[in-house]
Amino acid sequence: MKARTTWDCVCKVEDLVAESGVAVWTADGPVAVFYLPHRLPALFAISHTDPFSGSNVLARGITGDIKGEPVVASPLYKQHFSLITGQCLEDETVKIKTYPVLLDGDQIRLEVPKNKQETAAA
Amino acid sequence: MNKQTLIVIGNGMVGHHFLEQLIATAAAERFDIKVFGEEKLLAYDRVHLSEYFGGSTHADLAMGTAQWYAENRIDLHLGEQVTAIDRDQKTITTPLGNYRYDELVLATGSYPFVPPIKGNEHPHCLVYRTLEDLDRIRASADGVKTGVVVGGGLLGLEAANALKSLGVDAHVVEFAPRLMPVQLDADGGALLRRKIEELGVQVHTEKATIEIVDGESARLRMNFSDDSHLETDLIVFSAGIRPQDTLARASGLDIGERGGIVINDQCTTSDPHIHAIGECALWSERIFGLVAPGYTMARTLAATLNGDQEAAFTGADMSTKLKLLGVDVGSIGDAHGQTPGARNIRFNDEKAGHYRRMVISDDGKTLLGAILVGDNSHYDTLLQYALNGITLPDNPETLILPESQGGAPALGPDALPETASICSCHNVTKGDICGAIDAGCSDLASVKGETKASTGCGGCAALLKNVVDNELEKRGVEVSKDLCEHFPYSRQELFHLVKVNGIRTFRTLIRDHGKGHGCDICKPTVASILATCWNEHILATDHVPLQDTNDTFMANMQKNGTYSIVPRIPGGEITPDKLIVLGEVANEYNLYTKITGGQRVDLFGATLSELPAIWEKLIAAGFETGHAYGKSLRTVKSCVGSTWCRYGVQDSVGMAIFLENRYKGLRAPHKVKMAVSGCTRECAEAQSKDIGVIATENGWNLYVCGNGGMRPRHADLFATDLSDEELIRTIDRVLMFYVRTADRLQRTSVWMENLEGGLDYLKQVVLEDSLGLGQELEEHMESLVGTYQCEWKTAVEDPEKRKRFREFVNAPEKTDPVQQWTTERDQRRPVLESEAAL
Ligand code: SRM
Ligand SMILES: Cc1cc2nc3c(=O)[nH]c(=O)nc-3n(C[C@H](O)[C@H](O)[C@H](O)COP(=O)(O)OP(=O)(O)OC[C@H]3O[C@@H](n4cnc5c(N)ncnc54)[C@H](O)[C@@H]3O)c2cc1C
Ligand code: SF4
Ligand code: FES
Repeated sequence: MKARTTWDCVCKVEDLVAESGVAVWTADGPVAVFYLPHRLPALFAISHTDPFSGSNVLARGITGDIKGEPVVASPLYKQHFSLITGQCLEDETVKIKTYPVLLDGDQIRLEVPKNKQETAAA
Repeated sequence: MNKQTLIVIGNGMVGHHFLEQLIATAAAERFDIKVFGEEKLLAYDRVHLSEYFGGSTHADLAMGTAQWYAENRIDLHLGEQVTAIDRDQKTITTPLGNYRYDELVLATGSYPFVPPIKGNEHPHCLVYRTLEDLDRIRASADGVKTGVVVGGGLLGLEAANALKSLGVDAHVVEFAPRLMPVQLDADGGALLRRKIEELGVQVHTEKATIEIVDGESARLRMNFSDDSHLETDLIVFSAGIRPQDTLARASGLDIGERGGIVINDQCTTSDPHIHAIGECALWSERIFGLVAPGYTMARTLAATLNGDQEAAFTGADMSTKLKLLGVDVGSIGDAHGQTPGARNIRFNDEKAGHYRRMVISDDGKTLLGAILVGDNSHYDTLLQYALNGITLPDNPETLILPESQGGAPALGPDALPETASICSCHNVTKGDICGAIDAGCSDLASVKGETKASTGCGGCAALLKNVVDNELEKRGVEVSKDLCEHFPYSRQELFHLVKVNGIRTFRTLIRDHGKGHGCDICKPTVASILATCWNEHILATDHVPLQDTNDTFMANMQKNGTYSIVPRIPGGEITPDKLIVLGEVANEYNLYTKITGGQRVDLFGATLSELPAIWEKLIAAGFETGHAYGKSLRTVKSCVGSTWCRYGVQDSVGMAIFLENRYKGLRAPHKVKMAVSGCTRECAEAQSKDIGVIATENGWNLYVCGNGGMRPRHADLFATDLSDEELIRTIDRVLMFYVRTADRLQRTSVWMENLEGGLDYLKQVVLEDSLGLGQELEEHMESLVGTYQCEWKTAVEDPEKRKRFREFVNAPEKTDPVQQWTTERDQRRPVLESEAAL
């Protein structure tokens, strides 16, 4: 059974930074939203938590592409994470959460599990 | 303990190398060292002597610098010939006096043999050995038509080439029936002759000169024993070398039958306190006319003097690889097949002009020697087979056949054993190279720096590159110079593209000169280049996403995602009022406070959203950003200097503050650190900085390219007794040249080590303006100084830029839940992972 989710409005277009990320707080914790205007799609959302340090910093990494895959580099120890799949390119055992994201008017909406307890219960 | 005196006679290649080796050992401490050289010039690279006619100067060819001698306290007497040795008194004599020695080293080299031909004392009869000889040849060849070289050996052909380059018709007169009789056989010699004649040098073999008389159509006429003659304007004798053993002979040392100072395996002569190395020395009845064996002797002697009882000279390989007048010639080992039972395989392509001969053992398993003419591409492989006794393949002829005819490809570097000698000049094996790579060398230049391989005759350059590339690839290191997958250029090339094409954004650059969207390697690199070229605010919309997080938020990210704050404290000088403000701000935001190693104060533990408010307070109190986050100027450390210190001779604090204010904000390939000391006691440790300044009675001494950190490097003395203006101008140029030409994340120390031509080249560019860039570099620096802004000031004043500092854009009040704190020694610090788990 699919967990219950909501398409939460997390911020406005004007909050985004082109070619980079911002952090938002969601029901599922901190999420990094990236806006890469020269790509299609241009919006990506992944967990803001760097799995190697446990710190909430991924939105502050440098974005780019490695062999065509859009990635962000952790600002702490520089591992790359795919913005599409959350896969860490340096360590195949590490994969972080990704979230569907869409543009609704001037609102950015994320599909997140409604909240942790509920998801677990469901 | 009283020091002993060590005297070296001869300041040539081997004598110099010996000193370098000795200085590197503890033995150097035991001796006061004196050196006497007959030539007026400091030891230079005789092997590349001919480049003097191609425009190289003594400075280009010099093996060391007077400064190096001074720094190592070697008392250098140039232009002072030693005329006698008194072994009983242990003294030597020169026209300027007598000097006592405890140990004496003869490194007097050799002199060109001039055959006893009537008329050979004519002023236009010359030799080819020293730079002065070359000056004489140049003068003699000025405006005349014809020149003759007597002697068709290796040096003779080189001299012929030199004559040709001076614009005279060159002839070679050889007594033997072929050219290079020592190294080549009849077929090889004949091919070489053909090729050389095609190049316009006329070769006369089997000619014995009986006299030199005045010429009719030219200055001189040479009469040969077969009644023929040749008219010429000058004659260069290159009929072999003789060991320079005059002093040794006169003082009664053992001398070989045909000359040469007899030495044992430790390079000691028949007098236990006198040693001989290089071309003057006779070991096992052999003279070695090449530089590599001389270097090996030098190393052996230095080790012996350092107490190493094992050190021994055990002979040397005399294989040679040359390009003579553009023609490849190679000779390896027993080239003439004199080993009993030796057999030959020959390949002779008269059409292409390639001759190759292998001499193999009677069991066909080992290569004893080889001769190559016309194409040296097989040399390295053959040499490795011969030197290392590698077993030959079943069809050894494939080694010299062209590949199209089934020839074997070159022996890959993998096939070489660890003990394979790669560079014989500096005795570097493949194992040494692997060791250097394992110890952190990640490119050719650093391997060269570490092992000295390929810095002697240069003959091993191609092989060395091969081995290094191969080893790096095996370790998964990318060997290409491309910055990353997005740009097929080095940082220096990108700098050029940006500058020349006036490119102002990353997008334009990657669109026009790269591919894809960039990454965390190229983006910060380009951001730094754009900053040095145009100096726009690093948080300008186009540049924000290019920066490393530390630059984006103008603070250093800590392990828990908070930031540290380092305001600039120029020269380490701070008023009590400002110190109080630092304390107040730290108190208000509960920041851990520490004095840094760079004479300033670091405040740790600020969250992203606290940064602008903290900086507002600091700026109001007169602070500005310290760029602790940037690849840019960090601190200019200073001692207290003449204002307070009883020894200070200049105002080091004043100069440090001036320098810090001048260069703050300069974006560079890596961080830049400076220091100024008020006297030679050097309390500011300037000699470990990228730019180090030490006060003198007359001004300032400038040191460059020092480094602390992971691989410390002592800075090089660059210029002395500079005035304030000269100092600034020189630093401007050095820094700007570094910023323009260094690789990404290359500190000045590594840059210097990789700079072709090294310190001397940098001096030429900066002090002599050899590239004519001086003014441009200064103007560029001036424009950067003129457009400096405190990035933090601009940022806090701009609401758009401040928005970037929201921790969570949709929840301004939210604090990051992972940031948990505890208290230690009365200050707040992050809870460690181990503690959090409890
Ligand atoms: C704060 C300080 C240590 C301290 O508490 O004293 C420090 C702290 C850091 N150093 Fe350092 N270094 C500090 C003085 C030094 C010194 C001493 C000096 O400058 O006199 C050195 C050796 C001198 C030198 O650089 O030649 C030094 C050699 C390094 C290196 C090695 C550089 C090298 O070329 O080998 C790194 C790593 C790097 O830059 O790649 C480094 C990197 C770092 C970083 C930036 C590591 C990082 O990426 O997080 C540290 C973070 C600083 C922060 O969060 O604020 N730090 N670091 C010192 C700040 C000085 C200042 O006021 O700006
Ligand atoms: C044109 C040319 C090309 C060469 N090419 C090669 C090559 O490709 N490969 C190779 O391996 N080798 C080559 N050599 C040979 C190489 O240069 C020598 O092997 C090397 O220089 C020997 O070094 P050394 O120190 O023994 O002698 P030198 O370099 O000759 O130094 C001896 C020094 O001692 C000084 N001296 C002598 N007597 C006294 C005295 N009484 N008092 C004070 N000083 C004194 C001399 O003036 C001289 O400066 C070449 C040489 C020449 C000339
Ligand atoms: S270098 Fe040393 S002694 Fe000098 S002023 Fe500075 S300090 Fe004083
Ligand atoms: S063999 Fe001469 S430099 Fe390496």
